[in-house]
Amino acid sequence: MKIGVDVGGTNTDAVVLGANGVRGWCKTPTTADVYSGIVAAITQAISDARVDRTDVDCVMIGTTQFTNAVIQRKSLLPVGIIRLALPATSAIPPLTDWPDDLINEVGRNAYLVGGGYEFDGREIAPLDEMAVLKAARAFRQSSIQTVAITSVFSPMNGEMERRTAEIVRNEVPDIAVSLSCELGQFGLLPRENSTIINAALSQLSDHVVQAFRRALHELGLDVPLFISQNDGTLMRADDVQRYPVLTFASGPTNSMRGAVYLAGIQDAMVVDIGGTTSDIGMLRNGFPRQSTNFVDVGGVKTNFRMPDVLAVGLGGGSLVRDEGRRVGPESVGYELTNRAQCFGGDTLTATDIAVAGGWASIGDRSLVQADKATIKAARASMRQMLDVNVERMKTEAADLPLLVVGGGSILVDWPVQSVSEVLRPEYSSVANAVGAAIAQVSGEVERVVTLNEATRGSVLDDARQEAKDKAIGAGATAASVEIIEVEQVPISYLPGNPTRLRVKAVGDLPI
Amino acid sequence: MELRFEDVDDLCTGAAFLGAGGGGDPYIGGLMVKQELAAGRKIEIIDPDGLDDAKLIIPTAMMGAPTVLLEKIPSGEEPIRALRVVEKELGRQADATMPTEVGGINSTIPLFVGARLGIPVVDADGQGRAFPELQMETFAIEGVKGCPLGISDEKGDTSLVMTDDNHRMEWIARGITIRFGGTAYFANYPMSGAEVKRSAVKHTLTLARRIGEIIRNSRSRKLDPIDELFTFLATTSYAVARVIFDGKITDVDRRTSEGFTLGSVSIDNPSGRCIIEFQNENLIARVDGEVLAIVPDIISILDAETAMPITNETLRYGQRVKVMAVRVPPIMRSEAALKQFGPEAFGMSEAYRALE
Repeated sequence: MKIGVDVGGTNTDAVVLGANGVRGWCKTPTTADVYSGIVAAITQAISDARVDRTDVDCVMIGTTQFTNAVIQRKSLLPVGIIRLALPATSAIPPLTDWPDDLINEVGRNAYLVGGGYEFDGREIAPLDEMAVLKAARAFRQSSIQTVAITSVFSPMNGEMERRTAEIVRNEVPDIAVSLSCELGQFGLLPRENSTIINAALSQLSDHVVQAFRRALHELGLDVPLFISQNDGTLMRADDVQRYPVLTFASGPTNSMRGAVYLAGIQDAMVVDIGGTTSDIGMLRNGFPRQSTNFVDVGGVKTNFRMPDVLAVGLGGGSLVRDEGRRVGPESVGYELTNRAQCFGGDTLTATDIAVAGGWASIGDRSLVQADKATIKAARASMRQMLDVNVERMKTEAADLPLLVVGGGSILVDWPVQSVSEVLRPEYSSVANAVGAAIAQVSGEVERVVTLNEATRGSVLDDARQEAKDKAIGAGATAASVEIIEVEQVPISYLPGNPTRLRVKAVGDLPI
Repeated sequence: MELRFEDVDDLCTGAAFLGAGGGGDPYIGGLMVKQELAAGRKIEIIDPDGLDDAKLIIPTAMMGAPTVLLEKIPSGEEPIRALRVVEKELGRQADATMPTEVGGINSTIPLFVGARLGIPVVDADGQGRAFPELQMETFAIEGVKGCPLGISDEKGDTSLVMTDDNHRMEWIARGITIRFGGTAYFANYPMSGAEVKRSAVKHTLTLARRIGEIIRNSRSRKLDPIDELFTFLATTSYAVARVIFDGKITDVDRRTSEGFTLGSVSIDNPSGRCIIEFQNENLIARVDGEVLAIVPDIISILDAETAMPITNETLRYGQRVKVMAVRVPPIMRSEAALKQFGPEAFGMSEAYRALE
């Protein structure tokens, strides 16, 4: 039995998941101390499921706490910043293009020192250990508690970053260390940005992960704790404590993954209909397609990708105008239960159309003032919005099922074009927590390789094996590990066919 | 014209548009230029038509892999050292610098050099778009010699390349770039003001800035960016432009050969399929076998909603796009120009037919 928890800005949800699906669930408000909300949600969900605490094998938590802290500029520490790169990169120093209010939080304690690697693995310059020592002393003098270390091409070789960490720790023993090589992905500036933000979160991550542990302890659950990361897989709580930024995009990922699991399928289109917008995405093999753009968190470009989601202005509160020819994008939003006609309000909304048309039954149908022609036109407008936008997000000709989830899902009772069927999974209001509970663990490898006919096979095999080993190291059972992604992007304008190779493996936890 | 801080992002967007899918993402170059402006330095962009015939103009640029650039950002001294190498060989200081290539990252390097050295940047370039090789320049077609070429890296290494053959200049500089760690910064085609007027594609920096500004403004004013672009381009030497296809990317195929990313992208809509072949930059667009646009005309793939240009490195399955073709100015379509960077120069058997 697994417990999945979603700690959001507003609600904390918990589900109890058995081999045959959801056994029990609960939704409660998130509390300021985080942990008492978790205790309440898990206690309720366990009692709803009528299971014994001793049957619980592990707890998985998804959270937006760290993202929110950055956006709200809360609980961030001043950061010591070291970039190993000279004589390269000085044209663009660290923190370039950051919002001023965020720089005020992390400070301007940046040091560029000699070091870094070339794309082919040679050194740009030997590591300037004296300069690192000087930076470390400056950090100690200004009582800096956390350091971010980034070297050029460290995703290929993290040796210099690790050596730098050693020198800094020698000088400032209790300092928290964030290494950019642990955050993967090429692109010096976005990776450095993520590393700095990670370092700034080090105190909060201690608090939050401790709150998670304390909640489990209070509940008498002496079981492993995992936390969801960006790509929908799990990390050990210890790793999140050190690398909280890896949780930044986990919210939308968990929600979509939870939805396909609840429907019992792997490949689908998903539309999450809220009060104001519908978010449309696509999943393959149970994972959402990723956006090509990097995520911007609190005004800073990071090196994380989000699921590719299209937001369309159609929700339960969308305004219906022009005799139904126009639906949305304006919406009454959270005021739906005051302003919609079926709840006694004066505004005609998409929900009223569904109620008056007879395919949804909430509120009072007799209060809705819409004639047949308006209902027909509004229904046609809504159908067209979904048809066009679902088709836009679909990347293949084959028809996939469409999962309709979220509070506004009652709007849809019609067949949607270009999908095989429309499904409404049960428990979709806690899809986030379900997405956390079903997650696997992963391992990823990224490097620049030279691929030619003679070496292609062995180079790819090596990378595959390394990704699998990393997944096993993260807790997966060897038998369950499989490769889910191999990306090869040639590096253009250079002879010799160098290629950026990224391989990802996932596997199940031993439960 | 003085380049303002807020112009830089627009210029980068326009440069990506003129890059025809290649030329490298101007993101890093744009940040470098913004750093200079934020530090209080000035960038003066001057009209080529007003240049004194006797002035010395030395263009500056980077070469190598944009992917490497994203990790190994320059120190900023590289293009300046390259320029100094050429100055030393000529025994004369540059009065201004200029882009060799307006498409992609290379629109930004001379702006950075201009800011650091306090010399103006000529509003013109030698490609009018992006091309992959150093001999593919209108400068060369009009008889300007590519060498002396100065080239440098972040470590302070420099090299002077002297050859009368522009193809050999490209070949040798490409080899040096590998030894320099995958990226290098160079200065070449030193020329007089008179030669600039004769051989450059003019007003392309301001063209790029305006294109970017139009794309940004139409988004915030909810106007159709494509219509706005047509209206503007009609007033320039890039007067003929059309959307040749509109659809969804259904396949991207990439492979490398001799340092070039070769491949094709397929875009589908209910009425047919558009296939664009690229060699770093987009070369030819066919719809159901019929050629709709061909190099040197610019073929740019734009986000269908925002009209933001999409570079070939970020093309992905499923993107909704519009394919826009733009006819290049006459100086880039002469017989001599087509020999240098027309279809045949890229190994294609199709003849050039200007976009109508």
